[in-house]
Amino acid sequence: MTRKRQELLGKGFLWFCAVVTVSSLLLVLAYVTLKGAPGVSWNFLTASPEDMGRKGGVFPAIVGTLFLVVLGIAIATPFGVGAGLYLAECVSRNSRLGEIFRFGIETLAAVPSIVFGLFGYALFVKALKPVTGGTTLLSGALTIALMILPILTRATEEAVRAVPVSYREASLALGATRGQTVFRVVLPAAAPGISSAVILGVGRIVGETAALLFTLGGSPLVPRSIFEPARTLAMHLYLVVLEVGAMDMGFATAFLLMVITLGLNLAVDAVSRGK
Amino acid sequence: MDMNRTSAVAAKPVVPQDGDVGTTVPQVASPRPNVTPPVREKIRTEKLTVFYDGKEAIKSIDLSIPEGMVTAIIGPSGCGKSTFLRALNRMNELIPGTRTTGKVLVDGINIYDPAIDLPTLRKNVGMVWQRPNPFPKTIWENVAYGPKCLGVKSKAVLDDIVEKSLREAALWDEVKDRLHSSALALSGGQQQRLCIARALAVEPSVLLMDEPAASLDPISTTKIEDLMAELRGKYTLIIVTHNMQQAARVSDYTAFLLMGELVEFDVTERIFTRPKRKETEDYITGRFG
Amino acid sequence: MDDSLGQRGAQAPPSHTTGPGSTTRAPRTRRGKETWEYLALAATAIAAGAVFFIAAFVFWEGWPAFREVGFFEFVLGKVWSPTRGFYGILPIIAGTFAVTILTLILAIPVSVGTAVFLTEYSPEWASRIVRKAVDLLAGIPSVVYGLFGMTTLVPLIRRIELATVPQGAPSYLTVGYSVLSASVILAVMIAPTVISISCDALKSVPSEYREGSLGLGATRWQTVTKVILPVAAPGILAGIILGTGRAVGETMAVLMVAGNAPLFPKSVFTPVRTLTANIAAEIGYATGLHEHALFADGIALFFVVILLNSVALWFRRKALK
Repeated sequence: MTRKRQELLGKGFLWFCAVVTVSSLLLVLAYVTLKGAPGVSWNFLTASPEDMGRKGGVFPAIVGTLFLVVLGIAIATPFGVGAGLYLAECVSRNSRLGEIFRFGIETLAAVPSIVFGLFGYALFVKALKPVTGGTTLLSGALTIALMILPILTRATEEAVRAVPVSYREASLALGATRGQTVFRVVLPAAAPGISSAVILGVGRIVGETAALLFTLGGSPLVPRSIFEPARTLAMHLYLVVLEVGAMDMGFATAFLLMVITLGLNLAVDAVSRGK
Repeated sequence: MDMNRTSAVAAKPVVPQDGDVGTTVPQVASPRPNVTPPVREKIRTEKLTVFYDGKEAIKSIDLSIPEGMVTAIIGPSGCGKSTFLRALNRMNELIPGTRTTGKVLVDGINIYDPAIDLPTLRKNVGMVWQRPNPFPKTIWENVAYGPKCLGVKSKAVLDDIVEKSLREAALWDEVKDRLHSSALALSGGQQQRLCIARALAVEPSVLLMDEPAASLDPISTTKIEDLMAELRGKYTLIIVTHNMQQAARVSDYTAFLLMGELVEFDVTERIFTRPKRKETEDYITGRFG
Repeated sequence: MDDSLGQRGAQAPPSHTTGPGSTTRAPRTRRGKETWEYLALAATAIAAGAVFFIAAFVFWEGWPAFREVGFFEFVLGKVWSPTRGFYGILPIIAGTFAVTILTLILAIPVSVGTAVFLTEYSPEWASRIVRKAVDLLAGIPSVVYGLFGMTTLVPLIRRIELATVPQGAPSYLTVGYSVLSASVILAVMIAPTVISISCDALKSVPSEYREGSLGLGATRWQTVTKVILPVAAPGILAGIILGTGRAVGETMAVLMVAGNAPLFPKSVFTPVRTLTANIAAEIGYATGLHEHALFADGIALFFVVILLNSVALWFRRKALK
């Protein structure tokens, strides 16, 4: 084979790979849009499911998703940001303690979501039932908060490390304490990075199902407190498709999920461009 | 390594000190007539040594810096000028692996005493860097930052401080109409004067300047040098510079550092006209460094 | 120009050459640590300790299954039928294995190819499109992939099965839910992981290598295959292993397309059940020993994924050196 032909074939193969990657996305997007978009109406968004989800809408699932997102982020952010801050500001990069902490967090990131589900089921739903009320928004939020911790921690650490040393020096040289330096200069400067991690965390929560199947309860009713069971849109999709077989409702929900995902993706772009 | 030179440098540096108490600097014909001697000692270092990763970056420096004057630290690259400067407000400690021995007395108090409160020290001994480093905040926020950290809450008081500091740094007229726009939109020279204003806002008595004009254009450099002349008298200025003309122009006293050691310290005029040491003469005449 | 600062910058990462005695940490303020540092430390300890806590909990709950069923009977048992008292997880392990291997076969060439395309060949406009596509692929919820697989891939594969499977074969071979369906979906799902980590590895290859090779008259393809890929190999491997971890750990999509029958995979058309799907399918109604057995399944899963992750981290660190 001549070198020229080899080069051409290689180039062709690489273009083929890129086209496959892009078209698999387009295929999923197009198919779900085609099948799901027609099913999304005002009624679909604002009505409760009827007949086990064969008819009606997804309003309770929208509310459930919102509640879970707010609660999960509220629980996870202080810990995630605190841990990232600590790893970046309080331990030197190669110290033993930092290595151990980082290993723990990297490993947490690798734990499959169904294992989080098992854990949440055993701890929050069963062992802590008197506190959480069993399968409730609170149990689901605690489970999912653990899941998104590593995202927040890693992003915060990176963002804080990326803040120029000169800001810190300038602040300290003005007589600011370390705490003032961290909270008034370093964290604000790292805010875009941390916010995009929070948005990524929102995306994880919106898309997650396995960890929630046995912790959130899956109730088709609108939750009125964190001690009530709920369902998210992703869970709703799974339940109507597999347990009821209502494909059209499933597709409409899938379309909604994809729109949300795309929106969050754009939000991440906007936040990181805005810095 | 050139053993000859090393041993010559290792000899005791010539430090002008008044024999008995050592709290005053010998009175000399100042190049600036508006400060009337005798001059009080502001900062004094005793056997100040900074190790970086086990190596001595500066070695046992004894120096007495007069109050209200401009003292220049000169020397070739890597001689420890910046390390010395950063030892005066304990900034070296931000770099992992540094260790400092000896004493630095500011107004007679050893700042390396474990009981020293670092924020208080650094409020008193301010610093300006080679590259302007304003915070990514508004001009007003930059200047008000220090006072706010010290507990000033009143907007009116802060406004006063901001105006006063910006005036002192000769920046007020240029920015008074856009105090609430981003500091990062200013030119390099303006940013540097903003950093000076920011440092002045916490009312330090000493201002450390690490090559404050090295990254600026000639016109901005002149402005900074003029500013130093303005600030002289009210503040004790210590500037590190590799620009000997600048040292000669702006400073009253000059210390020459070589390979971490203090070679000579004297009135600037004498350093540049009649240096006592061969190394100093070689350096200022451009024979090395 | 800037003297000692520059010097320090160059030496900034604490070197291994200095003994603990020669360097001391900077002393802190008079009051030592500030309150926020203790709070941040607590947050870190919780975040980093969570994984050990999770492991302990899952082990605690799964342990009785090993005790009652017997470790080897559990791991090597050939029948999983909790209603009849059979707790053999081997077919499920085999199913997981088959799905994962086929996923990798499908995913590696295209994903690594896409990464090479992005770093070595792609014109700017194409990079922007491909990068965005990879980003979005990573964001699509797994239930959406599952639904897509159920409604497009499964019928397609059923048709292939009907055309190719010989007469008289068991009917479960013609349902479409199969190793193959699960693998195709998983291959798309793990692609973003493999692509982005491979891209990092390829980007970290010093450009001198590239220029050196091209300067000697090598073609771009030769440069890629002979110089760049070998240098980037550890990093790409890390990406592949992390992708493997994702494939093993993915639940919903697999649950929806793999068929969920605890059968030994004899061909790519066999419906199988994976370790993750097994838990998801049964924990809702499991009690007693059955529930413990599902936690034991979780232990197995945990083990495999942690192992893969540690190996990947090791490779990644090696790649960064």
